[in-house]
Amino acid sequence: MRRFLALLVLILSAPVAAQTGLPPAPYADRQLEDPQQEAVASELMEELRCLKCQSQSIADSNAPMAGDMRSQVRERIAAGETPEEVRSWLIERYGNWVSYDPPIASAVTWPLWIAPIVLLLAALWLARGRFRKRRGDE
Amino acid sequence: MNRWLLWLPLVLFGLFFGAVAIGLMMPKDNIIESKMVGKKMPEFALPAAIEQRPALTSADLSGGKPTLLNIFASWCVPCIAEAPQLLELQRAGVEINAIASRDTPEDIANFLNRWGNPYTRIGTDTTSKVQLELGSSGVPETFVIDGNGVIVHQHIGDIREEDVAMLIKLLEEAR
Repeated sequence: MRRFLALLVLILSAPVAAQTGLPPAPYADRQLEDPQQEAVASELMEELRCLKCQSQSIADSNAPMAGDMRSQVRERIAAGETPEEVRSWLIERYGNWVSYDPPIASAVTWPLWIAPIVLLLAALWLARGRFRKRRGDE
Repeated sequence: MNRWLLWLPLVLFGLFFGAVAIGLMMPKDNIIESKMVGKKMPEFALPAAIEQRPALTSADLSGGKPTLLNIFASWCVPCIAEAPQLLELQRAGVEINAIASRDTPEDIANFLNRWGNPYTRIGTDTTSKVQLELGSSGVPETFVIDGNGVIVHQHIGDIREEDVAMLIKLLEEAR
């Protein structure tokens, strides 16, 4: 029975559709030797968007291209670049789209930052009106 | 005044509903265009992908004549679909250089034997390094480059029959 099950699993498991036969880039899935640099790199990787599976960060994605991007990020950090330099290198090529930390003063992204503040102020104003009325009723 | 204010929540709901409906009905736009269009080709040097064709460096792309730079891979199905169009462009006298993305020499040679080889030079980019330099996010992609090595246009996806004339026109304008 066990053997049959093992066979069944083997038959049913389709080979993972390879997008590319090549192994990942050197630092795609390997941490940097320096733990401090690795921490800096992985923090940045959480904030960079995968070009293939567009709702994931490159740290989360299994796409080969995300692996290549992780390797680039690690190699650049290891070479002494700051995270902001690496980020702007990518933004220069793919636009703000590639970063999960949008700039505040851009024509498209400023509402993202302002809207919560405006909503909060509006809510405070509304709440203030309510409380005042209730106090007046008593 | 207060009576009109009563309608405000409904109006807000209407706006919200409208925004969601539009978001649902509009097809999702997954195309990320390169911001390198209009800029000089970044410097790179890639080793030759196959023995029969020379290696590719950025200097090869500013030889005074407009060229196409095609990014392809043997594991990419749309690349097969665009192969006839690339051969057609080559027959029209267009110089096409290529970057093979994440590929092995054997697979590239097989692919080109099967679907034709329109390329003058082929560089192999095994870790997508140059692709990232170019702001390219997949295969196939084709860049139109003018004689000075400035990227004029990025074509994302396979080149269809109807795109050939447009590319030839862009190449002529880049002269």
